[in-house]
Amino acid sequence: MLSTDLLLALPEILRYPFMQHAFETGTIVAIVAGIIGYLVVLRKSSFAAHALSHIGFAGAAGAVLAGVNPIFGLLLFTTTSGAGIAVLGKNASQRDVEIGTVLAFVMGLGVLFISLYTGYATEAYSILFGDILGISSSGVILTLIVSIIILAIAAVVYRPILFASLDGNVAEAKGMRVLWLGLAFMLLLAASISIAVQVVGVLLIFALMVTPAAISMRLTKKPAYAILLSVAIALAATWAGLIISFYQPYPVSFLITTIIFALYIAVRFAYRGRQ
Amino acid sequence: MGSESVDPSGENDEEVVTVRSLSVGYKGRPVWKDANFSVKRGEFVAVIGPNGAGKTTLFRLLLGLQAPSSGIIRVFNSKPHRGNPKIGYVPQRHTIDNDTNIECMELVRLSYSGNKWGFSLSSGTERKAAADALNAVDASDLSHKSLGSLSGGELQRIFLAEALIGNPEMLLLDEPLSNLDVRRAKELVELIGRVTKSRNVTTFLVAHDINPMIRFLDKIVYIANGRVAMGTPGEILTSKRLTSLYGTHVEVLRDSMGHILIHSLYGDEERHEGKNYVVH
Repeated sequence: MLSTDLLLALPEILRYPFMQHAFETGTIVAIVAGIIGYLVVLRKSSFAAHALSHIGFAGAAGAVLAGVNPIFGLLLFTTTSGAGIAVLGKNASQRDVEIGTVLAFVMGLGVLFISLYTGYATEAYSILFGDILGISSSGVILTLIVSIIILAIAAVVYRPILFASLDGNVAEAKGMRVLWLGLAFMLLLAASISIAVQVVGVLLIFALMVTPAAISMRLTKKPAYAILLSVAIALAATWAGLIISFYQPYPVSFLITTIIFALYIAVRFAYRGRQ
Repeated sequence: MGSESVDPSGENDEEVVTVRSLSVGYKGRPVWKDANFSVKRGEFVAVIGPNGAGKTTLFRLLLGLQAPSSGIIRVFNSKPHRGNPKIGYVPQRHTIDNDTNIECMELVRLSYSGNKWGFSLSSGTERKAAADALNAVDASDLSHKSLGSLSGGELQRIFLAEALIGNPEMLLLDEPLSNLDVRRAKELVELIGRVTKSRNVTTFLVAHDINPMIRFLDKIVYIANGRVAMGTPGEILTSKRLTSLYGTHVEVLRDSMGHILIHSLYGDEERHEGKNYVVH
């Protein structure tokens, strides 16, 4: 079995610190992305996720220019714009044009920042497509801290957000603050994207934040199972991608996105007509 | 389920909704004004009127989601307030997304616990409350079906179960019959009528067509032309009453089956070669 061979290779792979950091970060990010991703799919907020990560590009580029860890720039830009989208309220889904317009402008700023930061095209490349093999041990700790905050907040607000996403009008009539829950969701999403960008980059964020949850929603009708399954899919793809990348000269982001895409196609075909 | 018998103690005379000289508007534009009516416990009330007349606005007032511009409104003897656990609400909605692959039981359970912070792993009381609510609307067999796979009538039963969670004393149902064919509409109204009587809840139902429910109704609230009228079907559905309400000549016709046709000459709705038929 290929999969057992791959698992047996783990101790060997984990002797290298950069692979250790990659596994640690990848694991943390997959857990967070799988959990928050279910809400993204349920709320049909995948365009917002896409937009936030693109806006994050400018933040990351700005941070590089300022000489700080890109994750701080990402967090600043994604949470600010996430709050903005949340305040637009439930009509945000119909505001593609407005969000897209702001998005293009902010991406343009990112291009400016990168060009001002003389020379290093590799920085732009790693923000756009992820650089999980280049994460330092302090980067791992930073990711862990952000994730613990995300998961601690999610533990409190997840169920109300789930209900408000599924049945906003009834939630509002029950006295729930739907707008505030929307804001909480966008902030959780923004922070999750900021750490996930390290793994797959801003352009490939869909692969971790949306597709695993979309696959799991097709496979189970119970939210609790779907969330667990979504985490499992993100984890499996990340680990498999990292292990394969150790032996093959392909980029990790490519491997992760391809594995998730293959799963998506397989599930779509297997479940065709079962609805 | 509650008892089938009507409460003999006279508790049913209790007024649960009282409206006096009530006016309401959006951004300074009046929707309707000077409404006066009251509703007693256990009554089944239809809310009827043309589109945009302010039927949903009445629900928003009862739910405390909107404040009146003037007048008095009392619900269970107090000012309406958001999140009143005595009210179960089914908002107006046309469809649920076909790819929402979440089972009915989960939606009903969330209606029980979705407004609580934190999480609990599978609570027995929550599951029982959800199962009871689904049972009350004859939807136990739908518990494990996906919301996206349900027909319009099945979906409305699930929404009703969702509203019944927590044993409310009042149900506000906004157009549950739209998108249902005549037979399904009749079945649903029968179910709602049965739930209303057996649980002794007060039910308001917004609808376009009065005919499927006429024999279950206790009262009608008719909203048109910025005015609100209330009474029994016999009082409200007369040519005289509706003519004065609409401010234009309206005739109420009854066929041999007891169906009602409201017919307005040169009405304020769409004109059709000089005549306008509004079927209610």
